Amino acid sequence: MGEFKVHRVRFFNYVPSGIRCVAYNNQSNRLAVSRTDGTVEIYNLSANYFQEKFFPGHESRATEALCWAEGQRLFSAGLNGEIMEYDLQALNIKYAMDAFGGPIWSMAASPSGSQLLVGCEDGSVKLFQITPDKIQFERNFDRQKSRILSLSWHPSGTHIAAGSIDYISVFDVKSGSAVHKMIVDRQYMGVSKRKCIVWGVAFLSDGTVISVDSAGKVQFWDSATGTLVKSHLIANADVQSIAVADQEDSFVVGTAEGTVFHFQLVPVTSNSNEKQWVRTKPFQHHTHDVRTVAHSPTALISGGTDTHLVIRPLMEKVEVKNYDAALRKITFPHRCLISCSKKRQLLLFQFAHHLELWRLGSTVATGKNGDTLPLSKNADHLLHLKTKGPENIICSCISPCGSWIAYSTVSRFFLYRLNYEHDNISLKRVSKMPAFLRSALQILFSEDSTKLFVASNQGALHIVQLSGGSFKHLHAFQPQSGTVEAMCLLAVSPDGNWLAASGTSAGVHVYNVKQLKLHCTVPAYNFPVTAMAIAPNTNNLVIAHSDQQIFEYSIPDKQYTDWSRTVQKQGFHHLWLQRDTPITHISFHPKRPMHILLHDAYMFCIIDKSLPLPNDKTLLYNPFPPTNESDVVRRRTAHAFKISKIYKPLLFMDLLDERTLVAVERPLDDIIAQLPPPIKKKKFGT
Amino acid sequence: MAALEEEFTLSSVVLSAGPEGLLGVEQSDKTDQFLVTDSGRTVILYKVSDQKPLGSWSVKQGQIITCPAVCNFQTGEYVVVHDNKVLRIWNNEDVNLDKVFKATLSAEVYRILSVQGTEPLVLFKEGAVRGLEALLADPQQKIETVISDEEVIKWTKFFIVFRHPVLIFITEKHGNYFAYVQMFNSRILTKYTLLLGQEENSVTESFTASVDRKFISLMSLSSDGCIYETLIPIRPADPEKNQSLVKSLLLKAVVSGNARNGVALTALDQDHVAVLGSPLAASKECLSVWNIKFQTLQTSKELPQGTSGQLWYYGEHLFMLHGKSLTVIPYKCEVSSLAGALGKLKHSQDPGTHVVSHFVNWETPQGCGLGFQNSEQSRRILRRRKIEVSLQPEVPPSKQLLSTIMKDSEKHIEVEVRKFLALKQTPDFHTVIGDTVTGLLERCKAEPSFYPRNCLMQLIQTHVLSYSLCPDLMEIALKKKDVQLLQLCLQQFPDIPESVTCACLKIFLSIGDDSLQETDVSMESVFDYSNSVHDEKMEEQTEILQNGFNPEEDKCNNCDQELNKKPQDETKESTSCPVVQQRAALLNAILHSAYSETFLLPHLKDIPAQHITTYFSHNCLFMDFIMDWICLLLDANFTVVVMMPEAKRLLINLYKLVKSQISVYSELNKIEVSFRELQKLNQEKNNRGLYSIEVLELF
Repeated sequence: MGEFKVHRVRFFNYVPSGIRCVAYNNQSNRLAVSRTDGTVEIYNLSANYFQEKFFPGHESRATEALCWAEGQRLFSAGLNGEIMEYDLQALNIKYAMDAFGGPIWSMAASPSGSQLLVGCEDGSVKLFQITPDKIQFERNFDRQKSRILSLSWHPSGTHIAAGSIDYISVFDVKSGSAVHKMIVDRQYMGVSKRKCIVWGVAFLSDGTVISVDSAGKVQFWDSATGTLVKSHLIANADVQSIAVADQEDSFVVGTAEGTVFHFQLVPVTSNSNEKQWVRTKPFQHHTHDVRTVAHSPTALISGGTDTHLVIRPLMEKVEVKNYDAALRKITFPHRCLISCSKKRQLLLFQFAHHLELWRLGSTVATGKNGDTLPLSKNADHLLHLKTKGPENIICSCISPCGSWIAYSTVSRFFLYRLNYEHDNISLKRVSKMPAFLRSALQILFSEDSTKLFVASNQGALHIVQLSGGSFKHLHAFQPQSGTVEAMCLLAVSPDGNWLAASGTSAGVHVYNVKQLKLHCTVPAYNFPVTAMAIAPNTNNLVIAHSDQQIFEYSIPDKQYTDWSRTVQKQGFHHLWLQRDTPITHISFHPKRPMHILLHDAYMFCIIDKSLPLPNDKTLLYNPFPPTNESDVVRRRTAHAFKISKIYKPLLFMDLLDERTLVAVERPLDDIIAQLPPPIKKKKFGT
Repeated sequence: MAALEEEFTLSSVVLSAGPEGLLGVEQSDKTDQFLVTDSGRTVILYKVSDQKPLGSWSVKQGQIITCPAVCNFQTGEYVVVHDNKVLRIWNNEDVNLDKVFKATLSAEVYRILSVQGTEPLVLFKEGAVRGLEALLADPQQKIETVISDEEVIKWTKFFIVFRHPVLIFITEKHGNYFAYVQMFNSRILTKYTLLLGQEENSVTESFTASVDRKFISLMSLSSDGCIYETLIPIRPADPEKNQSLVKSLLLKAVVSGNARNGVALTALDQDHVAVLGSPLAASKECLSVWNIKFQTLQTSKELPQGTSGQLWYYGEHLFMLHGKSLTVIPYKCEVSSLAGALGKLKHSQDPGTHVVSHFVNWETPQGCGLGFQNSEQSRRILRRRKIEVSLQPEVPPSKQLLSTIMKDSEKHIEVEVRKFLALKQTPDFHTVIGDTVTGLLERCKAEPSFYPRNCLMQLIQTHVLSYSLCPDLMEIALKKKDVQLLQLCLQQFPDIPESVTCACLKIFLSIGDDSLQETDVSMESVFDYSNSVHDEKMEEQTEILQNGFNPEEDKCNNCDQELNKKPQDETKESTSCPVVQQRAALLNAILHSAYSETFLLPHLKDIPAQHITTYFSHNCLFMDFIMDWICLLLDANFTVVVMMPEAKRLLINLYKLVKSQISVYSELNKIEVSFRELQKLNQEKNNRGLYSIEVLELF
């Protein structure tokens, strides 16, 4: 199959931001996740938990609350005191509005979805009316003494519960006045703490208010009388989050010790109607604080400082034992943060606020499978490019020749020209970028580095001609009238004639770059595209979808290739379909047209189209080299999928030349090492 | 589990309760309200949840209430009788009893009975019964005499059975008791003579009754302290004939036989009865709840100020006179469910499926023929069989066996038992086994030389016996010091009381080594103990694991499990038993038996000190069991053991063990940190730095 020298790179010092909020939308089965750097990600739980959209973060925009309202409109609020609405089509922020109450700590949409409530630092609870294209301040509720950290609506919309420091208030929505004030015990393990912070409240339809607080308690209150009904001490540390199922028969809380507890409403005795809340299952999938939890009809979702998004299915709610019934732990973004210059053997790493350029080392030695070769030259850190301004980088790219670097934030697009003189490198910014190149969702250079393709968030695709140190805008493919859908993925053919672009939901469009017109549209498929690439010579477009299907579409013929049809007819191996991370990068071997190279976070695979496809009985992954078996046996068991799981978690893999690969790994332990230390728990009793 | 809740006093006002106590407590038409009639002139209506009276009515000075006030559920009015013949009817609005409706009757009233759903009945002292409406239509109507001269009504109760009112009353004449059952749909009055059985000289003190489809189960508390049950058919076979009913023993010695105060009994539900009385001759009065099905005491409450020996039960409240005040004790019997306790939802059982139970099923004999199960008689077979002996044809092989038991030689009995066991599952297999054992044990008691050991062993091994079924069995085995039999019992019976377990322990410890060597004790446990520990496997993870592409396995969990396993494996290797193997086997049987600390602790105190040391020296074969026992034993006997010179070494060893355990744990905590460092180092070794060039070959 082939022997490669692999540059095994572990110096990509990427640390995902901790998760601050999650919000589940039942209607679309989507999950919005906000991180501490202000990034908001949208996961499509129906599409194999694919992260289909994201909104880049902003230094001053720490999101403290996230909620869906009015069906599928997404709002966030944060410590900058602003409420923001996200445009899920154009992938930008629709508007930001100051609530004038200081930092916002909590937000909740009314059960009808037409009103929004925010809890502010100054103790005010503010009600906003959601209008078709904006939100409008309606009124303030009775101001409280300290910040409002949590909010919950009664399902009827008549009352709300607000968690503050040391107490919970119940408001009447109509009058806006506090009906009850329930004081939370400060006692913690017999010791009186200075303050007891009510991190979360949930208002049930029977009038029960459930609160979680910094003293490790889950408490049930009767909102009609304002009395404490029941108290569970569940942790030695803060209980930071709570989410209730729509049926109100179960809820989930997350603690600072990384534990998630499931509570269920179960009958006291087997046949009685009397039910009580019982702590049923503890889960320890996190090492750090669980800052937020959500409860979908079939799963408990949690996230926190350790940056993992954990989706734990409730086995009793899952009907079919398929891979939806498996625990999901999502750590890495489902997009590429790395680009590579093959010619100069450079890697460009994208971080939230800077870019790093590294030159790979080299070796003259050779070896056999598994050997580590002595380095004749080590990898070099060439460049550290810091962005200006508070905005996170959305995307970046280095040209194949290595002399151009482009990146974009929400408001600015940057293009740099690099000059190499021996070991020295000089960088020059190309100034006067045109106004339409303000913000890009995806940037791509052509194989010969003469053209730059930019997918803007307005839905347009721009082609820019690069020559010498200057550039020229060649053309813009405008989106089809009426659609504003942003294009997130681009692929260009090595000959530079074809450009493929894919949005989040519609099919893949293929443009003819020479004639500057739309060539064809690949038939739409139910699942979003996770990666695509155009093969040299044949100009076959290979598309990977989030359900792990792979299609090969011939651009000149405007139809699927025979191989693709065969694959669809026979179906993929069940283990292939059960993988839980999407394919994020596809590349080709210049000398072996039958090979497709692709990878996800846990494996790297070469598909050899000349070999038979594996069926469910064959072993998909065989890490062991063939022993002295006869060639006949080998040929009979050989199949198209050659898989390696040596490198993981694998963030990037590409072919530098015929015999050289580059693999960028990011070991989880390295990430954990950079997180603050977790709360220590003794393993052994004394 | 049946439970008595915190008692509360209904009236702070001292009721004018005479030496006889109250006349009665009756339900009113509101669920929470009760009519209390004292033995003087007053009727008070109480609201129990508020613990306060809602109304009070008194008759004139000189008059005396002779029959407790009841509520007419059909009209909501209250009815009371004073001066035996004067009937008064009033309602909540009335203030003065003197001014309310009055009817003077021609005969003396024993009691007015009223239950929900029908008109009240008036029972006259002469045994005649009238509906209230009919009586009021002509108050002066002639009332016939039903019972004979000198026959006195002792107790009465009114039921609705299949929507028909049924009245039962018990009369007494010269120490003989008669039961009258009056059916109102057919106006049939049936008279039964209650035969006393063996306990000729006891006096019945209190009655209660419950009803199921075909029988009124009349329970009576006798002066010997036992509860007897008599089943009275609701539909008599031949109403004309005077029939006799035999009573059977239901519960033994629930109260002291010669109690000074009155005792009372009331049925709470099908399986539970409440008994008021002193459990021991000298002790204070107690309210106790017994489970008659399992013959166990469920709960009890001391009433130090004494009672009037009266007990009423309505809804969920028990009423009694405690001292001078009327006390209410809420009673609850929740169906306990494991699901409730564990927080898991129990799947309701398909009624069609038969659950294979590990325990003896008391109601339906296991493995019976279908026809037998359907017949009504299979219920409560053990008790009812005796009553209706004449009705039921005898099953030949068992009858034969039972007669053999009573007279034949041990050897012959053994042959017969073996024959019967070979026959195996006859429909009444369980009953016969039970009867056989009871028969054998009775004979054992009667003839000290008679001890059919092999027979008993065989019977125990049928798995149908339990301690409660034949408590005498272990008693006799203890007396005979038959350790082998005791071991068998400990292994087979699920319900041995802690006192007996403790008695077994005493024997096992005290019996000489020589005599032990001769016994044929099952040695299985001595060699197999490690297996038994391994049986308690940790709950296996049923969760679907992430696919192979996932990086993180739960490393820590795995370590934990391994840690748990290791010490057990090691202990296996280093075993040399300090006691004789036979004794070790016996002690293991004790260790494996079920016990509850609270009940065990008092009995452990009776164990002689040198035996304790023997027991201690049989140590550390399996930590968990032993640790619990050692702790308990030490707790119970600490002062004695501490003074014993020979125990000193053992105690020092124990102390050292505990100390070393503690230091092991603290060291483990320290090691954990070091291990983490090691792990880090290990990872560093694995991750080959930040950059390398490697060779990869794909096959």
